[in-house]
Amino acid sequence: MIKIKNLETGYGKLKVLRRISMHVNPGEIVTIIGANGAGKTTLLNTISGIVRTRAGEIIFDRQNIAKFPPEKIVLMGCSLVPEGRQVFPTMTVKENLLLGAHVLYLKKRKGLIKEELERIYTIFPILEDRRHQMAGTLSGGEQQMLAIGRALMSKPKLIMMDEPSMGLAPLIVKEIFNIIRKLREDGNTVLLVEQNAKAALKIADRGYVFETGRIVLEGTSDDMLTNKDVQRAYLGRDLDAEAKL
Amino acid sequence: MELFFQYMVAGITYGAIYSIVAIGFNIIYNTTGIINFAQGEFVMLGGMIAVTLNNFMPLPSAILATVLITMIIGALIEMIFIRWLVNPSVLRMIIITIGISIIIREAALHIWDEKVRALPYFTGTEVTSILFFGAHISPQVLWVIGICSVVVVLLNLFFNFTMRGRQMRACASNRNSARLCGINAKNMVTLSFVLSAGIGALAGCVISPITYVHYDSGAPLAIKGFTVAIFGGLGNSMAAVVAGLILGILESFSI
Ligand SMILES: Nc1ncnc2c1ncn2[C@@H]1O[C@H](COP(=O)(O)OP(=O)(O)OP(=O)(O)O)[C@@H](O)[C@H]1O
Ligand SMILES: [Mg+2]
Repeated sequence: MIKIKNLETGYGKLKVLRRISMHVNPGEIVTIIGANGAGKTTLLNTISGIVRTRAGEIIFDRQNIAKFPPEKIVLMGCSLVPEGRQVFPTMTVKENLLLGAHVLYLKKRKGLIKEELERIYTIFPILEDRRHQMAGTLSGGEQQMLAIGRALMSKPKLIMMDEPSMGLAPLIVKEIFNIIRKLREDGNTVLLVEQNAKAALKIADRGYVFETGRIVLEGTSDDMLTNKDVQRAYLGRDLDAEAKL
Repeated sequence: MELFFQYMVAGITYGAIYSIVAIGFNIIYNTTGIINFAQGEFVMLGGMIAVTLNNFMPLPSAILATVLITMIIGALIEMIFIRWLVNPSVLRMIIITIGISIIIREAALHIWDEKVRALPYFTGTEVTSILFFGAHISPQVLWVIGICSVVVVLLNLFFNFTMRGRQMRACASNRNSARLCGINAKNMVTLSFVLSAGIGALAGCVISPITYVHYDSGAPLAIKGFTVAIFGGLGNSMAAVVAGLILGILESFSI
């Protein structure tokens, strides 16, 4: 689905990503975990074209999209649910979703828009109830659902999500993760960035661990869940301390 | 009492003019965050081009052609001066748009001259007047108020009920998110220049019989329009209309 080779990016003099190579297969949920400032958001923003690539390749759909502008990348079927939701606050829920469908509009597949809207409303019934409400007045969880819904409206082949659980109550987080799992069942491919490593690894097929702009570990989720380093650093278990007790 | 109405109508007329210049400011500010200090020049160009074209063709087609030409000029200005800038600072944008306004003004001085011109009254002549609550009103005043109202209503419909309008609002609201929805933000910026140039030119046409036009008449209008735009809370078109009317009426009663 997507293959990244030796990707490098940064801001000004700051190098953020150093020779990142990774891939996501069709139908997979792949998660990226890592500490604050490791470069996870930068990676997703680079893939989606918001941050400029300095070196390396991003192969999506057999094309190198590394130099493409964001609007072209979305059109090719790679959508991002940005960190911090970033909905259009002064527009209604329905308008937000319709803007997400702009790609269908460009592809002259306007007929699909209504159908997609119905589909999003069945995934997130709360959005249908709130469709005439300003997006800025939604609760955090509802905004996150709207952000996911908006990205799904373009019928992406690959959907990337940047910390969808950020700032949400445990119950809502569970709901969001259930929806992500359901997305895979419907044949979607998901690249998921998460602080909540345990929950992410539980639903993911594979994972990558980022540390200061490098991939330090990769493997299947099961392997990672049992990996001692991962457990210590990201799953909140201190094995040495446990051993002493 | 008649005098009151007379002043009131004059105030509303000028208020409508200020509002429409302010709306021009708002459209560009909303999609780009730029205050386009060349907005007044679009109004001036509208008046000047229409006067020239009116020598060759009837008034309605001259106005239509003028609006189209000014829209093209607006697009060119955006493509030449604005499009290639990457994250320009506010100060830089101010300097650039002031520069653009000076260029347009100088070009106008060369193309035309420093003579004051005016379009003919749309209906009747200077002396035609309609009696309204005892006040004498020129039909041109009704044209100004009418066209300004139509523009405001159409813009509202455009921004709220068309896909293009929504896209422009999305760009204004969150540029990166808009791009992630597949919206070409740069084209929306061009479109905002085209729109506000067209609206400015139309305003320039309707007001020129009353206010006259010469190469230097853009700047004062820009200042008034800018004041109104700020007064109405930058970016809010309905508030700009109210603010424009207030300023116009205050001015006419304080003379
Ligand atoms: N626009 C920017 N300009 C300059 N530096 C930036 C910018 N965005 C991010 N950085 C820097 O790049 C590094 C990586 O940031 P990034 O947002 O990718 O981290 P992250 O892994 O997503 O962290 P978090 O888990 O906190 O979201 C950080 O050191 C950050 O300060
Ligand atoms: Mg981040």
